[in-house]
Amino acid sequence: MAMAPTQFAATDSHARIRMGADRIVFNTVAYLVLGGFALICILPFYIIVVASFTSEQLIMREGYGLLIRDFSLEGYQIILKNPEIISRAYLNTICVTVLGTCMAVFLVTMCGYVLQRKDFPWRRGLMLVFYFTMLFNGGLTPYYILCTRYLGFRNQFYALLIPQIFSVWNMIIAKNYMRTIPDEIPESAKMDGAGEFRIFIQLILPLATPLLATLGLFTALAYWNDWYNCMLFIENRDMFTLQYFLQEMLNSIENLRIVAERSGLVVPVLPSESMKMAMTIVVTGPIILVYPFLQRYFIKGLTIGSVKG
Amino acid sequence: MAATAQTAGPGLKKKSSFFRQIARNRTLLLMVLFPLAYIIIFSYIPMGGVVLAFKDYKYRLGMFGSPWVGLKNFSYFFISGAAGRVVRNTLLYNLAFISIGMIVEVFFAIILSEIKGKFFKKITQSMMLLPFFISWVVVSSILYSILSYEYGLMNNLIRSAGGEPVNLYGIPAAWPFVLVFLRIWKSAGYGCIIYLANITSIDQQIYEAAEIDGANIWQKTTYITLQHLRPTMVIMLLLALGNMFRGDFGMFYQTIRNNGILLPYTDIIDTFVFRALLSSSDVGMSAASGLFQSVLCFITVMTANFVVTKIDPDYALF
Repeated sequence: MAMAPTQFAATDSHARIRMGADRIVFNTVAYLVLGGFALICILPFYIIVVASFTSEQLIMREGYGLLIRDFSLEGYQIILKNPEIISRAYLNTICVTVLGTCMAVFLVTMCGYVLQRKDFPWRRGLMLVFYFTMLFNGGLTPYYILCTRYLGFRNQFYALLIPQIFSVWNMIIAKNYMRTIPDEIPESAKMDGAGEFRIFIQLILPLATPLLATLGLFTALAYWNDWYNCMLFIENRDMFTLQYFLQEMLNSIENLRIVAERSGLVVPVLPSESMKMAMTIVVTGPIILVYPFLQRYFIKGLTIGSVKG
Repeated sequence: MAATAQTAGPGLKKKSSFFRQIARNRTLLLMVLFPLAYIIIFSYIPMGGVVLAFKDYKYRLGMFGSPWVGLKNFSYFFISGAAGRVVRNTLLYNLAFISIGMIVEVFFAIILSEIKGKFFKKITQSMMLLPFFISWVVVSSILYSILSYEYGLMNNLIRSAGGEPVNLYGIPAAWPFVLVFLRIWKSAGYGCIIYLANITSIDQQIYEAAEIDGANIWQKTTYITLQHLRPTMVIMLLLALGNMFRGDFGMFYQTIRNNGILLPYTDIIDTFVFRALLSSSDVGMSAASGLFQSVLCFITVMTANFVVTKIDPDYALF
């Protein structure tokens, strides 16, 4: 692949012909590989959409297919007939996501702001205290026992909220970003008699909107997609988040049966396969819907705060 | 530095100026108070909880009242053969994810930066990024719809082509490939962004100059693009290697779904710790294996960070 530098010394016309051929080969490969991989990335979503609209009998007979052959809404009907079941999970997830994201972004940016202030005397020491948690941790076991036995996390709403409310990693991103804001801004505001907290809220935060957007999106995504904390701490069916609700549906036919019974629909056979797929669509739907509008912020956000001053 | 210079002096004066400093910075201190309390409770106190690894935990007696058992929990973990298996799996999976992931990501970043069609580029990039946004629960559901023996799409296609269907959920040796593929599928679109941003920052004049000198696209890629990417690649590689003993719990837990047949090839430290804690309620062994992992991680992170500091201090963790 790599050519010796001496081969650069070709005549002009030669070079142009060779470059052209290279371009053609490269472009063909590039478009094919990229297009192919991109298709592979969304094909699975297509498959579950198709499956969710296919009748149970056909899935039982022929399995999941690539085309809708026997159109049916039975999976959705059962899930949505008694919307109380799924709407509870939706409501829980939305509450946790909104509350958690607001609080997390506020705490993380505030902490990052203070720790980058050059006139804050303990910033180095405190930073070490925060950094160390990224190097070493006690593991799941002591954490789990602490939360369930001593902090009463079991079946509490805050058990879904607190575990992700502060992230040292995000704090470091916030801190690096805040460094680009000139020190003169808080200094001059201080001269004018503004308190530190007011400076942060009224001057710093408005200057950091790209950071807020990025952290907000990443945090919201983490909350929305969280099933782990629900699995660890929640047993009460009414407190399940969407993702954990789906997990429970996928893992046992018993749970599907409960949903079907609560829906009040009489079905000869439990349409477990189309129910699973319909449930997957109902859970993933909001993400797919907002995705086109949000993805560019993610692309921008990935490089935010990666430069250390 | 200024603060230390000020406080240098007789003990009494030092003390009073310390309190004055607290008074002067009280708002800023209040602003970090909650995050500080948070990591003390949720990070530092559990660090003290590693004593569980040396105890026979009895719920009745609590974390500190339970009797000490020395290294018994560790010897169970190692003698049962579980340690070797889960450490090997964690390490090998991570090495595969890191190396193959990086090759694929750099490859896609180069392709994306070279192709001219703006629309095609935008659409494909959006499509590639989509899997990053969904949870492993959903991925698991999708995977099942494709691989399931009875109804899976893959077996359907095999059947209709006249072949013999395969039950991948019963073939452990196939899972390293499935999981590496899944990993690439889910995170390549996300991972290539950082390299893409890096390529975009390369001065276009270098490429133009090379073109005038007659360089073809392979030469431009190997001599310009890859050379520019190398520092980032090295840093990303080292940072990833620092975490090579930390597995992606969500991925393994959701896709394997307690399938015992697959465990020899898919059990990683994180899933082992979790099962020991919640399925078999063996708190001691769970804590021991967790502590073992934490120590391994600590060593690798410190080493990786040390090397990163030597190469480019800007990327060092601390």
